[in-house]
Amino acid sequence: MTDISNQAYVRTEMLGEQPAPIANVGIIGWMRQNLFSSPMSAVLTILGGIAIYFVLAALLPWTFGGIWNATSLAECRLIVAESLGEGETAHRACWGVIHERFWHLMYGFYPSDSYWRPNLALVLLFVAIAPVLFNGLPKAMFIISFAALFICPWLLWGGPVWTPIVAALGFVIGYLVVKFVSPLLGSLTGLIIGVLAALVWWLFFAGMVSQGITHMIASSRMDGEAVRLEKAIPEQKAKVAELSAIVEPLEAQLADIQAKIDAVVAAGVSAENPVSDLVRQKTPVKMALNAAVAARNKADIISKNMVKRQKSIGSLSFMEGKLAELTQQAKEARAALPATVADFDSLNEVTEELRKTIPAEDIDLLAAALKVNEQKTNLDITITRLYEEVGLFGLKPVPSRNFGGFMLAILLGITGIVLSFPMGIILALGRLSNLMIVKSMCVGFIEFIRGVPLITLLFVASALLNYFLPKGTQFDIILRVMIMITIFSAAYMAEVIRGGLAALPKGQYEAADALGLDYWQAQRLIIMPQALKISIPGIVSTFIGLFKDTTLVSIIALSDPIGWVKLIQSKTEWNGIIWELYGFVALVFFLFCFGMSRYSMYLERKLQTGH
Amino acid sequence: MTTMTDPPKGSFRLSMLLYDTRYRSITIQAIAMIGFMLGAAWLINNVRVNLALAGIPFQFSFLWETSGYDINQKLIEYNSQSTHFRAAVVGLLNTLLVAVLGCILATFIGVAVGILRLSKNWIMSRLAAIYVEMFRNVPLLLWISLAVVAISHTLPTPRDFKGENATASMSLFDSVAVTNRGVYIPEPLFSRGLGDVPVFWNSFEISLDLIAVLCVFIAGMMISKLIARRAEQIQNATGVRPTVWYLRLAVVVVPTLIVLWVLGFYLGYPEFKGFNFKGGTYLRSSLIALWLALSLYTGAFIAEIVRAGIMAISKGQTEAAEALGLRPNKTMNLVILPQAMRVIVPPLISQYLNLTKNSSLAVVAGYMDITQTLGGVTMNQTGREMESILLLMGAYLIISLLISTVMNYYNERTKLKER
Repeated sequence: MTDISNQAYVRTEMLGEQPAPIANVGIIGWMRQNLFSSPMSAVLTILGGIAIYFVLAALLPWTFGGIWNATSLAECRLIVAESLGEGETAHRACWGVIHERFWHLMYGFYPSDSYWRPNLALVLLFVAIAPVLFNGLPKAMFIISFAALFICPWLLWGGPVWTPIVAALGFVIGYLVVKFVSPLLGSLTGLIIGVLAALVWWLFFAGMVSQGITHMIASSRMDGEAVRLEKAIPEQKAKVAELSAIVEPLEAQLADIQAKIDAVVAAGVSAENPVSDLVRQKTPVKMALNAAVAARNKADIISKNMVKRQKSIGSLSFMEGKLAELTQQAKEARAALPATVADFDSLNEVTEELRKTIPAEDIDLLAAALKVNEQKTNLDITITRLYEEVGLFGLKPVPSRNFGGFMLAILLGITGIVLSFPMGIILALGRLSNLMIVKSMCVGFIEFIRGVPLITLLFVASALLNYFLPKGTQFDIILRVMIMITIFSAAYMAEVIRGGLAALPKGQYEAADALGLDYWQAQRLIIMPQALKISIPGIVSTFIGLFKDTTLVSIIALSDPIGWVKLIQSKTEWNGIIWELYGFVALVFFLFCFGMSRYSMYLERKLQTGH
Repeated sequence: MTTMTDPPKGSFRLSMLLYDTRYRSITIQAIAMIGFMLGAAWLINNVRVNLALAGIPFQFSFLWETSGYDINQKLIEYNSQSTHFRAAVVGLLNTLLVAVLGCILATFIGVAVGILRLSKNWIMSRLAAIYVEMFRNVPLLLWISLAVVAISHTLPTPRDFKGENATASMSLFDSVAVTNRGVYIPEPLFSRGLGDVPVFWNSFEISLDLIAVLCVFIAGMMISKLIARRAEQIQNATGVRPTVWYLRLAVVVVPTLIVLWVLGFYLGYPEFKGFNFKGGTYLRSSLIALWLALSLYTGAFIAEIVRAGIMAISKGQTEAAEALGLRPNKTMNLVILPQAMRVIVPPLISQYLNLTKNSSLAVVAGYMDITQTLGGVTMNQTGREMESILLLMGAYLIISLLISTVMNYYNERTKLKER
């Protein structure tokens, strides 16, 4: 055997490294691989490139060359016509509308000095869900989550400070009852009694307690309030006058600038005869004027309310006497009604057919009794309102018709998800349970809700819900919408959680049984923590879907962002503006939803404990 | 022999209802049932009292009253003298029309984009990703609104087609007119037509020509299937597959063409007359806007489903198919797609369901679907909110249940047979 390394044709030293072929590395290599790997691919690349060029060529100047300083669409067009010529007016965006209406699109008519309240509520919500998202935090954080459940609505709607406390007390009472009764009577009985105790508290005592406290504070403050009003009313009136004094010169200034603009327009706008400087001057004046007018109107309303309240306080003892009198009268009139009409609470109930059988004088008696009763109710409302106003110790109430813009969308989305979460868990467990009746009820509910479009449920909220509640119940449209959205998302949530439960290996259930845990213990300690973790991506995508679906409330005339777009479009100065408003709203929705979907992907990776 | 787990024998005691697991489930279910019935009774009683208070009886007779409003988009004969019930049916058909059209277009878009997203071409996969994220993360309502304004503001008005110096012209050899009021396309006409035949007690008419053409076409398809099955048998018996594709094509195409010729088929082109186009089939801009928006929106979701379905098939399947000597297109048709379909179809059908439900947003586009007729104009005119909304929900529920029945049937058929 010969040593082959001695042969002349065998190399003894290594060849030096060659660089990779130029066509396979660097930009050229990347392009060959990713853009021109085959003729088909090359064609697609070129087509795609052309499409991108045309879209960007139209979009970039439109977006970044847009006009920010303008107070109407016509002014935007004038400015563009001045720099680019008459035919180019559609090629530049008019962002002035966003500049002027930004806060409306964000918060609707929510009072601008209270913007911190929804903001704080949102921050509080993040703090509240922190212990769910990060497992390193102390268990005591859950108390904050519990408190946030009551503080957030209070921050948004305002009202006396004890409203959330009294509401939360119901849960505390229920919890304490369960804790002390369960060892004595068994867990199921304890739970039932606890729930009943909480219900009794909310239905019978909560309202009484919070009204009682308000009444007490109001009574003690009533004299002081009268004195305060005595001083405050002239001050407030002076303030209104002061604000009016600001408004007038601004109006004059605006009219002056407008006249100049009109003159320029009449002469024909061009680069030599510019209008943009004038418009730029007009914008801050117009916005200052808007703010001043709003402030004046607000001060005016406050002063009128003060005068009204002063009057009410002055005649309080008289009104209270009158109320007692009317109450007595109403009771007597009711008792004296003849048997034929004694059961009716409204004249509507007496139908045409009934009128034939009931004597007319009986109906007149009923009408009289109802009238007295109505007077009594109205007076009662006036007095209660006075007490509520004077005894207010907390935040200024904001009626929910003032909620709007993205704040409303976020509020509806978040309440939908948060409230539907426990409901969804219960429905999912019900759907998986062995109890036939419970199961079929849950399946029926889930399939019904998932089978109809959300818009029909919103129609129910706006048109039907009041029919389903005891007569005379009136509560506002936003609450009704919240109820329907919660029911809607609970059905979807149930399916997501059911998916999570189904994904758990059967061994987990068996292990929990082997440890001797009962059903609820097993669910709470073993099953739910794992199942919910698996369903987080599903929950987030349900939330994204729900958040997008909140735009449907604009169809039932709530002022969410899309409602506001329509509202702004209907104003004369912004009539005809389309792309800027829709584009802005779409962008904000995109940022929210895209951000959330990315975050859910991140969470999914972080929570992955498998291999 | 008795074991420790045998239940204790003895008489039934009342406490066993709560503590004995054999009876506890009955107790809980009884309580749940009673609670449910009480709740339902409470709600129904409230409705009864409130309706009485408002003086509205609960009955459906308003459906047979004259509707008094017009619907511009209709598939069956309808005018303002027709009943509310007929208006609801017209709306339902419109819902189904846009749902079917939308499902078809959304599937095409979704499959194309889903495959493009997996393509090796960097620009195309990025563009597909941008499309998907853009449409998935912005509310459908906005897309519908945008589609409406895009059509009404960027397309030429019918007037632009008028006269010598028209600024717009018809496309596709002067057969299609795209305007901001809608699209006019050629309509199929028959010079020796068979006429229409009334069905369902004269409630609407069906064209006999259409039935004849469809019958011949479907018969052709069935014969073609038979030929394919025969070819399969020959292949199984002899190992050689006879070439039959031209025969299969011919049995479908030739008889259909003959029938069309016998009936005197021709296309009626839209023409500009007076102030607008006459002739041809008119697709309203409301339908087109809604259709496009629904398809593009749902297409983005379908693209993700298709991508996930294809990615779910392990690479070993492709390699195994190649090792067996299958060509790439056979690998795709016989190995990858059948498996991917099992992953793709269930979520795809639930997207169809979503599209159908989302078509209720037609109100934004001004398209007269069932939500607009029954839950809109009829409800407002008659004031029968309870009945209208219940009927509306019922209609959607039935559509949804039908679609999920189809889905369950498919799932059952394609389920992996496990032992």
